[in-house]
Amino acid sequence: MAQRQSFQIGTGLFILLGFAALGYLATQTTSLANYRQGDSYAIKARFTNIGQLKLRAPVKIAGVRVGSVGSIVLEPDKLDALVTLSIDKRYDKIPDDSAAAVFTSGLLGDQYVALQPGGSPDNFKNGDEIVLTQSSMQLEELIGKYLVGGDAGKTGDKAGAKPDAQSGEKSGKQPTE
Amino acid sequence: MSIVRKPPSRLADSLAQIGACGIFLFRILGAVPLSLRYLRETVRQVYFVGAMSLVIIMTCGLFVGMVLGLQLYHTLSIFGGTAALGTVVALSLYRELGPVVTALLFAGRAGTSITAEIGLMRATDQLDAMEMMAVDPLAYVVAPRFLAGIIAMPLLACVFNALGILGAHLVGVVWLGLDNGTFWSNMTSSVDVWSDVMTGVWKSLAFGAVCTLIATFQGYTTPPTSEGVAYATTRTVVFSSIATLAIDFVMTAFLM
Repeated sequence: MAQRQSFQIGTGLFILLGFAALGYLATQTTSLANYRQGDSYAIKARFTNIGQLKLRAPVKIAGVRVGSVGSIVLEPDKLDALVTLSIDKRYDKIPDDSAAAVFTSGLLGDQYVALQPGGSPDNFKNGDEIVLTQSSMQLEELIGKYLVGGDAGKTGDKAGAKPDAQSGEKSGKQPTE
Repeated sequence: MSIVRKPPSRLADSLAQIGACGIFLFRILGAVPLSLRYLRETVRQVYFVGAMSLVIIMTCGLFVGMVLGLQLYHTLSIFGGTAALGTVVALSLYRELGPVVTALLFAGRAGTSITAEIGLMRATDQLDAMEMMAVDPLAYVVAPRFLAGIIAMPLLACVFNALGILGAHLVGVVWLGLDNGTFWSNMTSSVDVWSDVMTGVWKSLAFGAVCTLIATFQGYTTPPTSEGVAYATTRTVVFSSIATLAIDFVMTAFLM
């Protein structure tokens, strides 16, 4: 009887340990660990080119993660990428003239969306759209431009309704941050 | 088994073995409903093949993780990419090393004991005695071990992975001074539950079935001599290892 008890307890412990390990792997070491952000609100941004941006890529302000990329779809009529950003409810004081840009972390790292805060007194609400966006910098395009040397056409920023202040005179160069 | 009848050559012999093994799989599956009557036996086997393998799995997992951390740190530092250490270790453990190394260790630790135990039951006519008592040895001896292998292998692989991550963390963060936050945040941002963690779980389910199938088959069909049991035990390790690595390739190709 004592023998039977001990192996049953051992089996139970083993199964518990196994599932605990699975739970640990699944929740602490994967992208699920980033889901605990709780409530979020969505803002939209249009980019002419998102480069290698992926779903659930981080959205950062001043380098701090404030949300993630919720969806990426191609707009059928305008043919640019409509990116929905899920921003954590805690960060509800983002001015509604903030600009969004697709940057790369490091030289070869993953791409993320950086929000550069503006100065407007009003804040983004659920469903708002970011007007000022800057597309992903494509290394090939940059190299191509320097090789050709001239105006290689408007490939960089998508200014939407408000024209970007820089894009008028510096259309040959990508605006840097 | 009666299926292996006067093989004309070694090739035909091998083919007959594979065929007999496949038929054996279906006989086990047929005996599984019956074996639910002997649930306690299955629990006991989970203890023997699973819980008793924990020490070797945990030790090996820790060391594999530490080696991965050390090797990848030095390789990645050439490219200035040590920040990706957590990601690379986690992905290689979850997708490949965890399930495969666990299956290889399992074949050596649990597969051999299954083969030797069933082989000796065969050699000492215990299996025939069971049939005389109207107890189906497939349902009472083989199926519980088969089920136990399928249950235990994914759990063992998860424990292996968890210890591997801790080992890599120990080497990368504690000893080599990589930033703790970088290690974890890069890992969490690029490892996915379904495409990475669960890929490993599916693989180890398959490995658990294959390894215990081979072990029970070799034990069940062993020639009833001490030499036969010895050969059967060796073949269990050899065939399990080959089958594990081959199936791993096929499953990787499908699950990618």
